Amino acid sequence: MHQAERRVVVTGLGTINPLADTIDGTWKALLDGESGIGPITQFDTTELKTKIAGEVTNFDSELFMPLRESRRLDRFSQLFVGASQLAFDHSGLKIRDDDDPLVGRAGVMAGVGFGGMVSFISQLDVLRERGPSRVSPLTIPMIIPNEAAGLASMRFNMQGPVSCVVTACAASAHAIGDAAEIIKRGTADVMLAGGAEAANCEFSMAAFNQAKALSTRNDDPASASRPFDRDRDGFVMSEGAAVLVLEERSHALERGANVYGELIGYGMSSDAYHVTLPRPGGAGAARAMTNAIEDAGIEPAQIDYINAHGTSTSANDATETVAIKLALGEAAGSAVISSTKSMTGHLLGAAGALESLVCLQAIATDVVPPTINLDNPDPECDLDYVPNEAREVEVKYAMTNSFGFGGHNVSLVFASGA
Amino acid sequence: MDRADIESKMTELLVSELGLEKEKINPGASFEEDLEVDSLGVVELLMALEDEFGVKIPDEEAEELLTVGQAIDLVEKKLAG
Repeated sequence: MHQAERRVVVTGLGTINPLADTIDGTWKALLDGESGIGPITQFDTTELKTKIAGEVTNFDSELFMPLRESRRLDRFSQLFVGASQLAFDHSGLKIRDDDDPLVGRAGVMAGVGFGGMVSFISQLDVLRERGPSRVSPLTIPMIIPNEAAGLASMRFNMQGPVSCVVTACAASAHAIGDAAEIIKRGTADVMLAGGAEAANCEFSMAAFNQAKALSTRNDDPASASRPFDRDRDGFVMSEGAAVLVLEERSHALERGANVYGELIGYGMSSDAYHVTLPRPGGAGAARAMTNAIEDAGIEPAQIDYINAHGTSTSANDATETVAIKLALGEAAGSAVISSTKSMTGHLLGAAGALESLVCLQAIATDVVPPTINLDNPDPECDLDYVPNEAREVEVKYAMTNSFGFGGHNVSLVFASGA
Repeated sequence: MDRADIESKMTELLVSELGLEKEKINPGASFEEDLEVDSLGVVELLMALEDEFGVKIPDEEAEELLTVGQAIDLVEKKLAG
């Protein structure tokens, strides 16, 4: 087939996040405006300013791999393999043995912000307390961010393109876009693409607190993540994973796969401005959106729903509002936009994949989830952010934004239909 | 501690530290072929043995361990003296 004719559709979805470990459960919670944020239970927060987060509380890695494998993996890799298994099962694809022609035509692209930070810290403690001879021989594979993709490739015997993107909170959006490019250029027919993060720990939260990035609304966790609201005071850290099965369209149609949507636009840019802050004026983020819309071959006014990056930080939400106005022009005023981080918290490297999944569910159901806790809109955030109640909207085209520390901006555009 | 105690502690460690199946563990079992313990797993086991039995196992001696029985022998020898 001629390269220009190759198109990329989504044939499987999987997620494990603080709201649920199924697509239906996640979707129901999002439409109900349920918060996944609560007091931290995984470690001692006595000394920390922030004592709340999104936690995956019921994750059982042995559902997805034997104990002798899971005990060698950091939690972020376990979550990635788990969400990958859910997505792969959902797609109905199977890879039997090395003779299966799909083996060399299937791959994995994982977006990860931190990698095995918790293992890193605990082994550093071992080194300091007990010396070099007590450091685990599994330390390196547990902490390097690319092991999530490596492990998934082993689990499903995918021997085609396998790699990893580490661009902070834009990582899994980059991973999905890059995986689609690999399929389009003919190097693979199937890619597991998404992200995972499990970096909730005393160290990362101390560091984010020092950077004034996190909400400290400890007395009311469910209302802490409040994107675009006047009283927002930072983002809420969260953990989990989300994975899409991307598949070349004719490959999917020939096997009669269920198609949940098509990835039609991928745009990226860099702010080239500051280590953590967005470029004032929003030109960088706007460029990513414009690039994605142009790549999709549609007009800005055709975007029916935008899942905003919407972190609940002062800087992001105001700048993203300006950026959407720049990218959409007059159409911004009637755009339907929400931030599901108001409910999930910020899954960092996994956020873009989870929010892509939200876009695909919005396309499938013609309902968009709300931005909860949007009680007093910030005058600087004066677009339609679907406050507090889900809304029925016909969604043919949906776009998701992901921006990362370092100035990375990514937008993806999904369309309905096969 | 007699040999039977060492063997039972060793079995416990192989289950708790390496996640192996208890039924497969016996003195004749080879780490690599029968138990599918890779080089990283052997290092984990040695660390666990050193902690459990309070012995030191230098790398040169560790390299010669191929079976569960040989590991029991080595611990027994170290404890004796």
